[in-house]
Amino acid sequence: MKRRLCYWLLLIPFAATLVPPLYARSSPALFGFPFFYWYQIAWIVLAAAIVWIVYAATRERERD
Amino acid sequence: MTSGSVIFLVLVLGVAVLGFLAARWGRRDLRSLDEWALGGRRFGTIVTWFLLGGDLYTAYTFIAVPAFAFGSGAIAFFAVPYTTIAYPLAFLVMARFWTAAKARGYVTTADFVHDRFKSRPLELAVALTGVVATMPYIALQLIGVQVVLERSGIAPTHGSAVTMLVVAFALLAAYTFTSGLRAPAMIAFVKDTLIYITVIAAIIIIPKSLGGWAHIFSAAQSALAAKAKPGSTMLTPPLYFAYSSLALGSALALFIYPHSITSVLSARSADVIRRNCALLPLYSILLTLIALLGYCALAAHIHVSDPNFAIPDLFTRFFPNWFAGVAFAAIVIGALVPAAIMAIGAANLFASNILQTFQTRLERPAVETRTARIIALLVLAGGLAIALTIKPLYAIEFQLLGGSWIVQIFPAVILGLYTVWFHRHALLAGWAAGLATATWMAQSTKFATTIFPLHAGITLPGYIAFYALLVNLAVAAVATPLLRLAKNELGAARVG
Repeated sequence: MKRRLCYWLLLIPFAATLVPPLYARSSPALFGFPFFYWYQIAWIVLAAAIVWIVYAATRERERD
Repeated sequence: MTSGSVIFLVLVLGVAVLGFLAARWGRRDLRSLDEWALGGRRFGTIVTWFLLGGDLYTAYTFIAVPAFAFGSGAIAFFAVPYTTIAYPLAFLVMARFWTAAKARGYVTTADFVHDRFKSRPLELAVALTGVVATMPYIALQLIGVQVVLERSGIAPTHGSAVTMLVVAFALLAAYTFTSGLRAPAMIAFVKDTLIYITVIAAIIIIPKSLGGWAHIFSAAQSALAAKAKPGSTMLTPPLYFAYSSLALGSALALFIYPHSITSVLSARSADVIRRNCALLPLYSILLTLIALLGYCALAAHIHVSDPNFAIPDLFTRFFPNWFAGVAFAAIVIGALVPAAIMAIGAANLFASNILQTFQTRLERPAVETRTARIIALLVLAGGLAIALTIKPLYAIEFQLLGGSWIVQIFPAVILGLYTVWFHRHALLAGWAAGLATATWMAQSTKFATTIFPLHAGITLPGYIAFYALLVNLAVAAVATPLLRLAKNELGAARVG
């Protein structure tokens, strides 16, 4: 049951990247990149990490 | 002939040889559709990573998205959330699709739909949509090849670029015919390696010569603001919804394209797919960097008649001649790999679900590979015809239009994985309504753009695929209870 809840984590990247008012601004900049750009690049990595976490947490259950 | 041209030709001809040799990989009987089209469903995590990366990141990534950024600014970066959310989505649904396909022997989405809903018309609808939506996507690949040939100095004139495109295309068709999915799977290793080398080199060399990223962003901003149709490096509120709907609509469409399904089903296990959903985003970072090269081209004051030329011209300006040859080969091979898989995917649909049905194939197996091979050639020819005749402002519109069509099979294929609540005729009605809406909206802008200004009190510009999918779902959801009710009353009348 606890592991099933894990799948809900997969919704986080949708909420973080599909609402432009959250991130369509210039500052704070990072390495010359406006916030709009580095925020979205960061979410590529974070989303991949979330997918890996869900994969690791649900792998066993799938084998049963 | 320059050193760059020699390197380019050696690489492109080399992968063609590799494509033919791929037929011997594993030495299996390529007359079986599972072997020719799906590589025997035996690919592990690493082969699948290269294959799916080579399949999903195409001339769209290398030419069309940076050209869009070069011409319009921030809106082009919808491709970043698109290729971010596609993976959590695929993690759930594609692993499930793989499992169903393995258990029941599906080769296509239409196989699944036939088996699930026992409806021949729905199977035909899904198959036809797949074939039709793939053609403009292939055209986009061929435009990528043509653009490179024309701007790299490899083909001296426009006429010779078209001739070379046809030659490259003939080679592509020949090795796809011979080796099936093994050809792009093998070439994908070369393609992805060259692409990573090119992009890493570009990201090290170009920003340094242009005075760093902060300067590139501000120079790009000035250049965009000065355009006849001014753009900006910052997304403005009127475009928020267009941005989100482009990202979501594209993500929903990505994995139901025939070429994505083909690569997914060639994996050894559902776990290979799940793992890859965490590993493939590395390519999305690549995509973002390439899109930013569109801004580099603005900052470098590159002036071109066609925005598709921005990236080739940027490479010619900043790379030594021999390395530009490597970069151009990377783009061309990067377009030929997905074109081959697209042809295979569409041919599978045509041979398996249009000329035959899933049902008859189960009874008389392994006869359709011959047909599929020939149809793969026809599909490629169709893509070539589109590429040579239609010229939208941005090549990305080809892909966005294909996406608006393919996403209409989402309710039957993906929701169908989870529920049989929808009535098969309701799904068919929804599909027809969605397709009609998408096509009508696209032609209302004269196929110039796939962002439709919906008027509902306020004007809300959004991606056509998204609006049309809403119509599709609404029709399917309303028609389902109505059809059940009609059937029950008919049944009651008969009993009475």
